Amino acid sequence: MKIIEADKVCFSYRIAGADGAEETLAPAVRELSLDIGEGEFVAVLGRNGSGKSTFAKLINALLTPSAGQLNVSGYSTAGEEHIWNIRQTAGMVFQNPDNQIVATIVEEDVAFGPENLGVPTAEIRARVDEALATVGMGDYALHSPHFLSGGQKQRVCIAGVLAMKPRIIILDEPTAMLDPIGRREVLAAVSRLNRQEGMTVLLITHYMEEAVMADRVVVMDKGAAVLQGTPGEVFLHGPLLRELGLNLPQITEIGARLAECGLPVKPGILTINEMADELCSILNSK
Amino acid sequence: MLHTKLEINNLVFTYNKGASFEKKALDNVNLKIGAGEFMGLIGCTGSGKSTLIQQFNALLKPESGNVLLDGTDIHADKSRLKEVRRKVGLVFQYPEQQLFEETVAKDVAFGPKNLGLPAEEIEERVKWALDMVGLTPEMGEQSPFDLSGGQKRRAAIAGVLAMKPEVLVLDEPAAGLDPVGRDEILMKIREMHKRTGITIILVSHSMEDVARLVERIAVINGGRIVMDDIPAAVFSRAPELEQMGLSAPQAALLAQELQKRGFRLRDGLYTVEDVVAAVAQELSVNKGLNHK
Amino acid sequence: MNVTIGQYYPADSFVHQLDPRVKLLGVTLFIAALFTVNSFAGYAFIAVCMGLAIYATKVPPIFMLRGLRALIFILIFTSALNIFFTAGNTVLVSFWVITITLEGILNAIRMVSRLTMLIVGSSVLTLTTTPIKLTDAIEYVLGPFKRIGVPAHEIAMMMSIALRFIPTLLEEIDRIMKAQMARGADFDTGGLIKKAKSLVPLLVPLFISAFRRADELAVAMEARCYRGDINRTKMKVMRLERRDFKALWVMLVFSAAIVLLKIYI
Repeated sequence: MKIIEADKVCFSYRIAGADGAEETLAPAVRELSLDIGEGEFVAVLGRNGSGKSTFAKLINALLTPSAGQLNVSGYSTAGEEHIWNIRQTAGMVFQNPDNQIVATIVEEDVAFGPENLGVPTAEIRARVDEALATVGMGDYALHSPHFLSGGQKQRVCIAGVLAMKPRIIILDEPTAMLDPIGRREVLAAVSRLNRQEGMTVLLITHYMEEAVMADRVVVMDKGAAVLQGTPGEVFLHGPLLRELGLNLPQITEIGARLAECGLPVKPGILTINEMADELCSILNSK
Repeated sequence: MLHTKLEINNLVFTYNKGASFEKKALDNVNLKIGAGEFMGLIGCTGSGKSTLIQQFNALLKPESGNVLLDGTDIHADKSRLKEVRRKVGLVFQYPEQQLFEETVAKDVAFGPKNLGLPAEEIEERVKWALDMVGLTPEMGEQSPFDLSGGQKRRAAIAGVLAMKPEVLVLDEPAAGLDPVGRDEILMKIREMHKRTGITIILVSHSMEDVARLVERIAVINGGRIVMDDIPAAVFSRAPELEQMGLSAPQAALLAQELQKRGFRLRDGLYTVEDVVAAVAQELSVNKGLNHK
Repeated sequence: MNVTIGQYYPADSFVHQLDPRVKLLGVTLFIAALFTVNSFAGYAFIAVCMGLAIYATKVPPIFMLRGLRALIFILIFTSALNIFFTAGNTVLVSFWVITITLEGILNAIRMVSRLTMLIVGSSVLTLTTTPIKLTDAIEYVLGPFKRIGVPAHEIAMMMSIALRFIPTLLEEIDRIMKAQMARGADFDTGGLIKKAKSLVPLLVPLFISAFRRADELAVAMEARCYRGDINRTKMKVMRLERRDFKALWVMLVFSAAIVLLKIYI
């Protein structure tokens, strides 16, 4: 079952001309076609301005396509009538946790979404407790978000989305402002959600190492999906990725360079252990 | 022998001293930074690294201990505080957020103007600083808000460079940028170091970024300097780094794993290039393979 | 940076647990009482009631008096005004142009006790109620006025967002200030005009950042299906408990006593 079906979606930002000049159109997404199935973990890579964040906002119906068809859970994002269904189905977590927490108490913030949806009082309580437990923030329910670390705040934001019972979570560079510990916490929470709860995840990121966790990686450039496949497949294209302003995870890079040296290293290896296994088997073979 | 530029002796600092929520941020820190050195200061959030760098240019005052710049206590003479802040240029995290002028050039000129320099000198410095960070004079005439994220950040760094500091402290200069922006900014910083010979302290929690640039790494944790050595030596203590919420570069971890599994690699490899060369050599010697 | 917003003092007391609306009503009655009575017996009675209320909050009384510190100047000024400029028959001291009358001194005492009790009494509310609960109470009180166009929900939402962002923006100010100081900015010296000018490098980035935050927050709220108070529910519904009814009885008795005092003394 497809949750997201994007068919040749286009979107342009209008830029007001200076001094009364006519406004110009800046295309951000061009003929993007992409389907995401139930339970999938998809990572979207691309340099700044490649259209990744615009795509995320299109899915959430914060923007509507200027051409093409975008369906979320069967609802078209074009009209106004399903907008609240779509936003409830496709929950969004943004880059800066400070600018998306509304309340002064963690649990009140998590309750914000369900409150907006008009969920009955008793059920909100249950949803909030469950969502906070899922991201491992249950002990902080009554804390002030201001005193939490970046990773904790971002997990509160994820809980806030979970409490709306979405079918897909879209994370727009959720770790860009975090330190390594925070990043690890957030990624662990996201990966657990996907593997254990079967939540569909769309992770937009700059970090190649994060894309490695995904089932599928989509590389965007100039508003279109230019490359997609499993992480192993995508990271075979070192030169192309570099051209697109991205790089390889260090381990994959080492593998590629060893292969250039004429060693029979299997391409597209992503983790230290796999690479060590591969190199050992080369050492011991014969 | 390297002349000591900045020396930190037994530095202790506590936030909200005396209050019930007082927090010891720095606990007997000792550090010597040589003139012209390029050094990395690594620590996770809350390790005290931000507090420490604010001690370098007297934005904070030590509770005990002292900070010596060229051998003189920076707090010895209050009238010289401005001079200290000029000599030790501090670039905060997300420095593009401090831009406020209509054009990039005007913003870069803010620091030199505060120094009361003559107009020609200011203009000269603005040109020089923009060039240093790789921005063209045309970009100088644009509004800072028309630049890309990475360019904005470089404009902000130029604003500090225009003060002609002798020590440049950069707090997470690459944070939040995409890979291209990250590379650009780090390469510019390296170039800057080569061209000017200025002392640079790069603060980061990204080992990968730091590993490519610096000659020496100090690791701060819980308000104390816990390691202070060449990168190879620091990265060889990967498990300890892990415990502090940091990690060695993947290349270093791979080299260490291979050593464990019987590869004869020399200790202290941490860059992709070195690891590739060493592994290729080990494999070809053993297998009689030719590497091109 | 540590910032406490409002003056909430956490403690486990009867007063802390009261419904914020009941407390708001209580303070309103208290203030009305202060301006109703003008006999010293009346003041004494109110003072005793206030003392009992303070005792019930379990908040150290010193916190109640803190609010007075800022107003000490106003208190002195008011009493001086009353002492020196009240005309009266019973002249106590008279030299040069200054005449002090008994009426003046009594007036001064009256004004000072009123102001002091006003401040200390209201702090019972702010010390025992979190800003967020206070916001809820205000939203409830404004509720009936929605029909005549008072945006009660929006006002409450704005208040709580302001509360949420004050510490963030204070931190931001600190950061920008330090960044500009590192570029040689001087926020301390110089005359008024120079000082005002020196604020530009602080205020411009601060406004830009505040607008950016507001923009991002609006998008994030929209993404979480916020659309004003249409079809909105609440996780925490304010409900009057037995203790609230007890407090309401006490308030009723208090009001009756004030009325009697007013009539008979």
